[in-house]
Amino acid sequence: MVDLRRPIAELAAQVASGKLTAVDLVQSALARIEETTSYHAILELNPEALARAEAIDGLIKAGESVGPLAGIPFIAKDNYLTFATHTTAASNILAPFKAPYQSVAIDRLEAAGAILVAKANLDAFAHGTSTENSDFGPTKNPVDPTRVPGGSSGGSAASVALGQAVFAVGSDTGGSIRQPAAFCGVVGLKPTYGLIPRTGVVAMASSADVLGPITNCAADATIVLDVMAGPDASDATTIERDKQGYLDATGSLTGLKFGLIKEYLGAGLNIEIKRHILELVEQLKSRGAEVHEVSVPAVELALAAYYILVPAEVSSNLARYDGVKYGHSSTKARDLDETYRLSREEGFGAEAKRRILIGTYVLSSGYYDAYYKRAQRVRTKLIEEFNQAFTQFDILIGSTTPGPAFPLGSKSNDPLALYLEDVMTVAVNLTGVPAISLPLGTVDGLPVGVQLIAPQRAERSLMATAVTVEAVIGDWRTRA
Amino acid sequence: MSKIGTTEVERIAKLARLGLSADETAQMAVELGRIVEFVTQLAAVDIEGVEPTDQVTGLVDVWREDVVKPSMDRTTLLANAPAQKDGFIVVKRVQNG
Repeated sequence: MVDLRRPIAELAAQVASGKLTAVDLVQSALARIEETTSYHAILELNPEALARAEAIDGLIKAGESVGPLAGIPFIAKDNYLTFATHTTAASNILAPFKAPYQSVAIDRLEAAGAILVAKANLDAFAHGTSTENSDFGPTKNPVDPTRVPGGSSGGSAASVALGQAVFAVGSDTGGSIRQPAAFCGVVGLKPTYGLIPRTGVVAMASSADVLGPITNCAADATIVLDVMAGPDASDATTIERDKQGYLDATGSLTGLKFGLIKEYLGAGLNIEIKRHILELVEQLKSRGAEVHEVSVPAVELALAAYYILVPAEVSSNLARYDGVKYGHSSTKARDLDETYRLSREEGFGAEAKRRILIGTYVLSSGYYDAYYKRAQRVRTKLIEEFNQAFTQFDILIGSTTPGPAFPLGSKSNDPLALYLEDVMTVAVNLTGVPAISLPLGTVDGLPVGVQLIAPQRAERSLMATAVTVEAVIGDWRTRA
Repeated sequence: MSKIGTTEVERIAKLARLGLSADETAQMAVELGRIVEFVTQLAAVDIEGVEPTDQVTGLVDVWREDVVKPSMDRTTLLANAPAQKDGFIVVKRVQNG
């Protein structure tokens, strides 16, 4: 069995040269998934994974050209539509659903030779910060199974940390890639809004949703980003990829200007994480970087704006689940209106219901201006403050989360406490800028992450910086 | 900014075509009240003269050619429908009684 927690470039080169086979890697992934089922990171295996691996090995033997991810096993969050498995978004209402088409992102990964081995658990419809909102039961943190893995891409982050695949893909509307990556000790990248087409991924809040990779290192995230990024006619919000691609970007810390976000160091931040961040800042300075505090006052308002805008969009996007076209349909309904009401009552979990209700409330007549419109204007303030900060700094820096992974069940009766977990990640989504979470060290043995934030479309500089900062951090497990 | 009671939850749930049990309605009234109280902090923000943002990368009016392309297979799409007949989706009667 091959340990899959190794760099993509190394594994892909070994597959391409015949030293390892795609079948070896897929069998290793399947064996590791089997060995670690108790973490409940996985909802369903791809029954076609081995056949795809054999096909790729056949191509390599025949001397055919294969893609940069040839033979690399990966796991997709179960809100990506995939042909070979169900696509449930970890919700009962989609439990019977088999996608009639596949997401563009998965098509791109498969065209590059990557092999989907399984679908990962998530908070149902990606609503959550702990994966406890999955209608199929929570995922456990790989470092401490009594704790949450974060969310909503908790299954994806846990799967990478467990070595169930070489990388995973998730979605991030308010921190759903970065926060679980921080909790599980892996890398999570949230790209610029629109850089990766979302066609074929279950929509949560369309003005903020992005897709991205969860990996063992920053270089791997760059490789996966390079495969996934770029416009597609089926998603009108997509933007052009960088003309130079993302692979060859290199960076130096000398003269690089980091802005340490003052508000993220405030009272809400775990004191040990703060110490880790400040230690890193000193290391960056000693290697020639300039680091200064920067105030972005509107980030303190971002969470309140987020929990107006996002539920509003959620209530709209979840309107399609009506018990008529696909998904769960109530057998008790006597007329069409009851089909709608009962199918949704039976099929949606508590958090989806909560968000539908908040969203409907803030959009309803008489409240729209006071909530939704006002939140959109606060969003503008936030964007202006970020733009201002980026006139002075290349990269903004802060903790990914206020604290390390919390015990399973400790916050599940308090929706607002779970919302507050996103306090340091949502501003990035509301402004559309890219950000990456890197493992920084441990607090009481639990992984914590540092977040690097760049201007829109600056993925080349973000990824180059991430690789250098990762090297400065070194082995995060030894930074207690 | 009003406090949210069970009547208000029932009103919203009706708008959202979402069935709720009596217990859920009572629970949601408490939770929604707290969430709405939290987001109401925005009422104090000075937004005079600030325009709303609904699209962050500045894209406007993305056009494509109006050409006929193959669409998805009807049988494949209908395979997920809870009930179907003769190539159509079957629904319950629209009016009761």
